Amino acid sequence: MYSCFKDKIGEVLLPGDEFSFETDETISLTDTVKAEKVVCGPGLRRNGDQVLVCKSGVLRHKQPNMFWIDSQQRRYVPAKGESVIGIVTAKSGDVFKVDVGGSEQATLSYLAFEGATKRNRPNVQVGDLVFCQFIIANKDMEPELVCIDSAGRANGMGVFGAGGFLFRVSLGLVRRLLAPRSDIISDLEKLLPCELVVGMNGRVWVKAGSVQQTLVVANLLESCENMTAPQRQALFRRVAQGAL
Amino acid sequence: MEECGDTNITLREFGCEQSLLSRPDGSSSFMQGDTSVLAGVYGPAEVKVSKEIYDRATLEVVIQPKVGLSSVRERLQEQSVRETCEAALLASLHPRSSLTLVLQLLHDDGSLLSCYLNAACMALMDAGLPMSCLFCGVTCAVNAEGQIITDPSAAQEKESRALMTFAVESTEHRVIMSSTRGSFSVHELQQCIAVSQKASEKIFQFYRDSVRRRYSKIL
Repeated sequence: MYSCFKDKIGEVLLPGDEFSFETDETISLTDTVKAEKVVCGPGLRRNGDQVLVCKSGVLRHKQPNMFWIDSQQRRYVPAKGESVIGIVTAKSGDVFKVDVGGSEQATLSYLAFEGATKRNRPNVQVGDLVFCQFIIANKDMEPELVCIDSAGRANGMGVFGAGGFLFRVSLGLVRRLLAPRSDIISDLEKLLPCELVVGMNGRVWVKAGSVQQTLVVANLLESCENMTAPQRQALFRRVAQGAL
Repeated sequence: MEECGDTNITLREFGCEQSLLSRPDGSSSFMQGDTSVLAGVYGPAEVKVSKEIYDRATLEVVIQPKVGLSSVRERLQEQSVRETCEAALLASLHPRSSLTLVLQLLHDDGSLLSCYLNAACMALMDAGLPMSCLFCGVTCAVNAEGQIITDPSAAQEKESRALMTFAVESTEHRVIMSSTRGSFSVHELQQCIAVSQKASEKIFQFYRDSVRRRYSKIL
């Protein structure tokens, strides 16, 4: 029974708020009774037949039964399957140590690149940026990254080329950028064509036609953080008219 | 025990701002009247091997006074704040990591410990750290006539016979930390706890309003 969730969707919740699941008092004899399952995402914890909120943020819902808390966090906590931008900090034996902004450095095997073999090592130097995804990420183990998908293809992942600009935004903004048909991205692509790589860890890499344009895009994205849609559109219009 | 429901609880003007600093993972400033504290939270971050705890996060609280180095008084306040935060945080969700909470005093006009606690809670919430409940700090002063003053100013604190600070959690309004000074009777202690629990409802409502204001842009 997630009716108690339904009327809270889109509301701001704080840690300590709770939902209790009580079964309906009257059970219909004609309808088949089916168990309703609720999938709790980030910020929600199960405790017996209660669901507790443990982060502040907005309650979101996705059909049919997924609920999570959307919060504006800055610190990244690795999660399996998420794509991130990492910085290679060390080469040790057959793994690279990669800084992803979490509490621990992640490891990236040199064999986890497209076309890499024992003899054919990928060309990765300390300080390089890599776009990669987590295959192991839990609180008890060292996180592990790969730059290939399950079919062994790079699929957009790997070492970044020269040029471009890396900056940090909040994790909330990253999720808004990565959302399907994101309105920020659609506004931006009308304004300036650019290459954009968004990591779930809050790092964004931009490359536009010139250094100036790259910086314009970076500053625009950073300022989107605390703007409502009309404010953003007004700013983008002013930039289009050559205000910057 | 007397019923405290009808007593009017007055708190000074509250003010709060979240994520105002760019470098920390979570930050807040909290004002209670003229008392003002700035808080920053870093973490979950890498931890020194000597401070690593294998099944939970290591919480470190640093209190910076307005001028000079921190002394024994700050150490005591640090310990009170740390133990309160540990009670509310779900530290076992981030084992082998460090959480650092820095509290900078901006101005002290009484009820300082409760202001530290409130700033700490807002900063932890801003950092998105998992918490089982919220907490708030309430200071009560008992003056010479035996009256209870909630959220006293520095002048009121000076005149008071006893000074008590309680940290109250949000789910069942239980006391999770208490710090007292001066002499008082058991009855007065119980009265102060009841008053603090009553006042905490107001503070939690203030928390909710200020967090709602913060998220109003993305609703």
